[in-house]
Amino acid sequence: MHLHDALLFLAAFLASTVEMVEALTIVLAVGVTRSWRSTGWGVGAAVGALAVIVAVFGPAINRLPIDALRLIVGTILLIFGLQWLRKAILRATGLKALHDEDAIFQEEVAEAKTASHVERAGLDWYAFTVAFKGVFLEGLEVAFIVVTFGGTQRNVPLAAAAAGAALVLVLAVGAVVHAPLSRVPENTLKFGVGVMLTSFGIFWAGEGAGADWPHGDLSLLGVLAFVVVASFGLVAAFRGGRATVPAGEVAA
Amino acid sequence: MRWIVGFGRFWYDFIVGDDWMVAVVVAIAVGVTYALAHADVTAWWLLPVAVFAVLAVSVARAAAKVRGR
Repeated sequence: MHLHDALLFLAAFLASTVEMVEALTIVLAVGVTRSWRSTGWGVGAAVGALAVIVAVFGPAINRLPIDALRLIVGTILLIFGLQWLRKAILRATGLKALHDEDAIFQEEVAEAKTASHVERAGLDWYAFTVAFKGVFLEGLEVAFIVVTFGGTQRNVPLAAAAAGAALVLVLAVGAVVHAPLSRVPENTLKFGVGVMLTSFGIFWAGEGAGADWPHGDLSLLGVLAFVVVASFGLVAAFRGGRATVPAGEVAA
Repeated sequence: MRWIVGFGRFWYDFIVGDDWMVAVVVAIAVGVTYALAHADVTAWWLLPVAVFAVLAVSVARAAAKVRGR
């Protein structure tokens, strides 16, 4: 496996893990308080919809000329990755509240207990829609990463396999633990994913724009090191902030 | 019409997020890199520099906003 493929797998796996941990919290909350059957249908429908998105856009993106693909998709990946990295730096400095799965679980349980019961198609509609939206919206970021990240390297199947492995892992651990996976170092993982998306975005967007990287593909390691040092430098410079945003508002 | 606006807003929030300046600076930096590279000028350094600069300014703006509350 080449360096780029290994980093692609790692980034898709880590991104998928954090997003699925967040989705699991919502799924557990509605499953425990409402109906596991309706929740299960919601999860299944969302995973199916996400699989369709990857199956449709994955091959479509592969048909684009490689330079145009890297220029356009690399730029979008860079903007998207910087959003992750910016939030991760703000959390690490204390300027934004850390993601707290236990607190979010309690909020979701409280909402699920007070929501009225409406039955549609034989399902508890609240449980179905909340589970569907939770898994679909969290999974959409994963699908986006799989299609763009995988597409720029002409290896969407590898990225999809990494995301699938993370989904299976989180589902298996969730089924055993039966509680929010609050011990997963989500904030650290998000920092790592932000660094990788930004580094790959810089590399591919630069290459797509026609820039010649010194030492070719090996330059990616230099870009990665630069982004890591720059990110930690910004954390050190701005550390000591105070988080004023409630945990529930930093779900992304 | 409302559906189209909502769809566009969703994708804007999804990709651009909280600070539009980041997206604008990245787009300009990629454009300038393209222009320099096609004029046979060494351009690989521009994107890392632009990314660091815009990230630093964006974090500083967010810090000022939070600390000013």
